[in-house]
Amino acid sequence: MRAGAPDFLIEVNQLTKTFNGVPAVDQISFRVGPGELFGFLGPNGAGKTTTINMLTGLARPDSGTIRIAGLECVTNPKAAQHLIGVIPDESNLYPELSGFDNLCFCASLYGMKKGQRRARARELLDTFGLKEAANRKFAGYSKGMKRKLTIAAGIIHHPRILFLDEPTSGIDVASARRIRQLIAELNDAGTTIFLTTHYLEEAERLCKRIAFIVKGRIVRTDTIADLLQPILEKKAMLISVSNASGDLCDRLSSAFPRFEFQAVSSGHIRVESADAIHIGPLVRFIESQGAEVTEARRLQPSLEDVFVRVTGIEPDVMKKEKEKAGGDL
Amino acid sequence: MKRWIAFWNIMLKDMRSYYLKPPNISWGLIFPAAWTGMFFIKTGTGLESIPELLPGVIAVSILFGTTSMLAVTVTFEKKNRSFERLLLAPLPLELLMLAKTSGAILFGAANAFVPIILAVFLTDLSGVAWMIVIPAVIMIAIASTFLGLSIAVSVSEVFEAQTFSNFFRFPMIFLCGLFFPISSLPMFLRPLSYLLPLTYGADILHGAVHGKNIMPLALDFTVITAFCILLFSISLRNIHRRWII
Repeated sequence: MRAGAPDFLIEVNQLTKTFNGVPAVDQISFRVGPGELFGFLGPNGAGKTTTINMLTGLARPDSGTIRIAGLECVTNPKAAQHLIGVIPDESNLYPELSGFDNLCFCASLYGMKKGQRRARARELLDTFGLKEAANRKFAGYSKGMKRKLTIAAGIIHHPRILFLDEPTSGIDVASARRIRQLIAELNDAGTTIFLTTHYLEEAERLCKRIAFIVKGRIVRTDTIADLLQPILEKKAMLISVSNASGDLCDRLSSAFPRFEFQAVSSGHIRVESADAIHIGPLVRFIESQGAEVTEARRLQPSLEDVFVRVTGIEPDVMKKEKEKAGGDL
Repeated sequence: MKRWIAFWNIMLKDMRSYYLKPPNISWGLIFPAAWTGMFFIKTGTGLESIPELLPGVIAVSILFGTTSMLAVTVTFEKKNRSFERLLLAPLPLELLMLAKTSGAILFGAANAFVPIILAVFLTDLSGVAWMIVIPAVIMIAIASTFLGLSIAVSVSEVFEAQTFSNFFRFPMIFLCGLFFPISSLPMFLRPLSYLLPLTYGADILHGAVHGKNIMPLALDFTVITAFCILLFSISLRNIHRRWII
């Protein structure tokens, strides 16, 4: 790190924002170090976009402090805008301009000279696989192409810090995969990234550290490794049953006191234990109770499990949000 | 230097995307011609009345040319979120909004020369004080643009901006002394005339074209400049208050 450079590129302290008396972001604090890929996870309406808007100067906090690269940004939201790139949750380029012209225009906003911006636009169109569509109007691009060009526009000026708001929301699998790859490449090249998403798998794949935000409050901030550690120590299995009575979990708990049983949805029982789980005795017991085991599979502990534990929000809620956003992973 | 690159490109983009489109160019030609024709028919006068009508037609052309486009360049861009991209640029808000409005100012000023060019072919304009007409056209274009801007930033929808603009534009045609002297208005309406920036711009044009201004030109220029500053300040305040919430 350079001498005199701040230890953290993003420092947020007690940041609060209310809309009509309802807190959208409630006294959140976190820090993001240089070169870090920091995930900001939460369901829709948790306060992720409001937080990004405050960090980038599009919204005014009610209270709290924001420092970007050591620059105070609450009283002077423009102070750090030359250092940041922002990729919003919805593409906001100019529909009447071509892909190439959109990138050149965005570069000009950062004072890049004509030769520089044309060369950079060509380079990015090539990187994002949009070379063939360079002269087509943005309005005619597919959703995935629009997303890629929006990301290209956000990094046209080589920002030190990149804010990505739901970068893969609502786009096809192949485009989402390519975008995740590009995000990882940008981070490897040294760009500090602040990523909001409600795709837990995406955050798990990309981020080094994560904050969970629910109803405007950060409920946990930690590294992926530390978040997963407690559940890695446990074994988990999902058993699908049919014709089960309502109290099957209670009866299983009585019969197998070393295991934890939880009915996760209709016909599915989650089993957790610090010891190895042998399926044979469980199947025999369930069948003796008049139910039938249709499937049993070992569960790989994931960030989703951590999220459920920490936030109390069921995975179904997140999945419904994914479907609502029209996205695939 | 970097800021001026951004300024120039914002203006250029707006000019290409909005102002230099054929429908807008034709609007800039047809509208002044229609107004001129309408007043000839209504007054039943001949070509000798052109100098008296010209200031009003110039002012109306500028007013409609500038205010019509701001609903698109500002309100529409805000609505489809592309304006956010500009707000995220490392550019002071004042400079950004000047860049956003400079296209409208140039378009309005260009519109003013449509009736002037038509009039040159139809009547003798050798007595016109062009050194006053040109700054007057620029000041009217700036004031009208900033009036349009203050409307565009106080609403959320394009149709609201257009409707709200008409609420100001059409009364101004009759209240600002463009075609009828303010002295011919009912007494209770006259104070209202002096609260509108176009009154001062039109007065300068009347003075420059046929020497019939009712106020000193220095006062007209001072007041219209004050209106420009006031309207631009109101617009900036509204952007801060309503858009950066």
